[in-house]
Amino acid sequence: MKEFRYLDNTAILRLNRDACIGCGNCATVCPHRVFALADKKAAINDPNGCMECGACATNCPVGAIFVNPDEGCGCAHYIIQSWIARIRGKNVNTCGC
Amino acid sequence: MPRAATRLDVRDRVGTLRARTGIARHRYRLNPGLYCVGEPSPASPVLVTANYKLSFDALRKELSGIDAWILVADTRGINVWCAAGKKTFSAGEIAFQVNRARLAEIVAHRQLILPQLAAPGVAAHELHKKCGFRGVFGPIRAADIRGYLARGEEVDERMRTITFSFAERLVLVPVEVALLWKRVASVTLAVFALSGLGPGLYSISAAFHRGMTATGATVLAILAGAVASPLLLPWLPGRQFWGKGLLAGALAGIVYLGLVAPPGTLFDALGLWLWIMALSSHLAMNFTGATPFTSLSGVEKEMRRGLPVQCLGGFLALMFWLLSPFVG
Repeated sequence: MKEFRYLDNTAILRLNRDACIGCGNCATVCPHRVFALADKKAAINDPNGCMECGACATNCPVGAIFVNPDEGCGCAHYIIQSWIARIRGKNVNTCGC
Repeated sequence: MPRAATRLDVRDRVGTLRARTGIARHRYRLNPGLYCVGEPSPASPVLVTANYKLSFDALRKELSGIDAWILVADTRGINVWCAAGKKTFSAGEIAFQVNRARLAEIVAHRQLILPQLAAPGVAAHELHKKCGFRGVFGPIRAADIRGYLARGEEVDERMRTITFSFAERLVLVPVEVALLWKRVASVTLAVFALSGLGPGLYSISAAFHRGMTATGATVLAILAGAVASPLLLPWLPGRQFWGKGLLAGALAGIVYLGLVAPPGTLFDALGLWLWIMALSSHLAMNFTGATPFTSLSGVEKEMRRGLPVQCLGGFLALMFWLLSPFVG
């Protein structure tokens, strides 16, 4: 998305090009158009556009993509709850969205 | 076979309003299973969606004049993208509904059209193994379905790209505000109670007058952080939301304390200004959860900076407010 950019060099997104079979699923599903196909393999074109939704990793048939696997939609209240829960060693309720 | 209308009636619109204002946001679901619009044949396309009624409505209202099947997955009443993020919208769940509806006996083809935003939860390549149907990702927006079907199921870059327009931000604002009321009510009560403390032990009149000014400041902070910040998002400088909210709160506070309701003392003014900034910053930061472009890593990163600033601001605000009657 051109008009909105979030923090640079922060999102956790890794692609193992050796494992990539060039199916293009990641490029298809990414809502921020982070991927492109180059030389019959996927390439991360815009790493700072990634919002860690995980669509690419879920749809990679060979597991070549790693995205921050932490659960959470990015609601600050939910994150605060999960921090507190981690300290107290309990599970959190979902944020409800 | 339930046939869904492609026009929303008054009840649908009231339901949308209730969900969008937080009144009945979590009980707005429909039964999972197979539905249809128009007069579908065995050759008609099968569109998959979530069982949140806003999602279902968003889809069916775009399908007037189209003959299609709609397969509604059980996402526990959560929308497509959030349910996919939580993995309740998954290949396994879709396969379960395909088999339960005996879809293979109803349609002649073996293809499911999935919303693109289901991709975080739905591994399309696993669908065939699980239920014999192939999953293809259609466009992000239901509004593009018609063009997608008409052009032989072709998706262009625009249809695959998420947007966050002014209108898309505006519809999110009421729920942001409505979900606050319980916390606002308890804070307001506490503020009124504390505002009466002073050198003469307790003053009902001070409690009322200072309490009113402080409540005005709270309302203003909500407007700055939960209304103005989301709407003005692209124009507020910086990338971290807590900073955007802080700035919006600072400006709103200057206007309020300078022109609308000048407080009696410098300490009162400082306390309220800090309060408006801290609360506005916090509310803007919480809006990250509603945007379609903030990563969890990024939100955690900005929270580690923003939260201490907000806590300090709130603490100092309280100190100024409590000390004001004694030094004023």
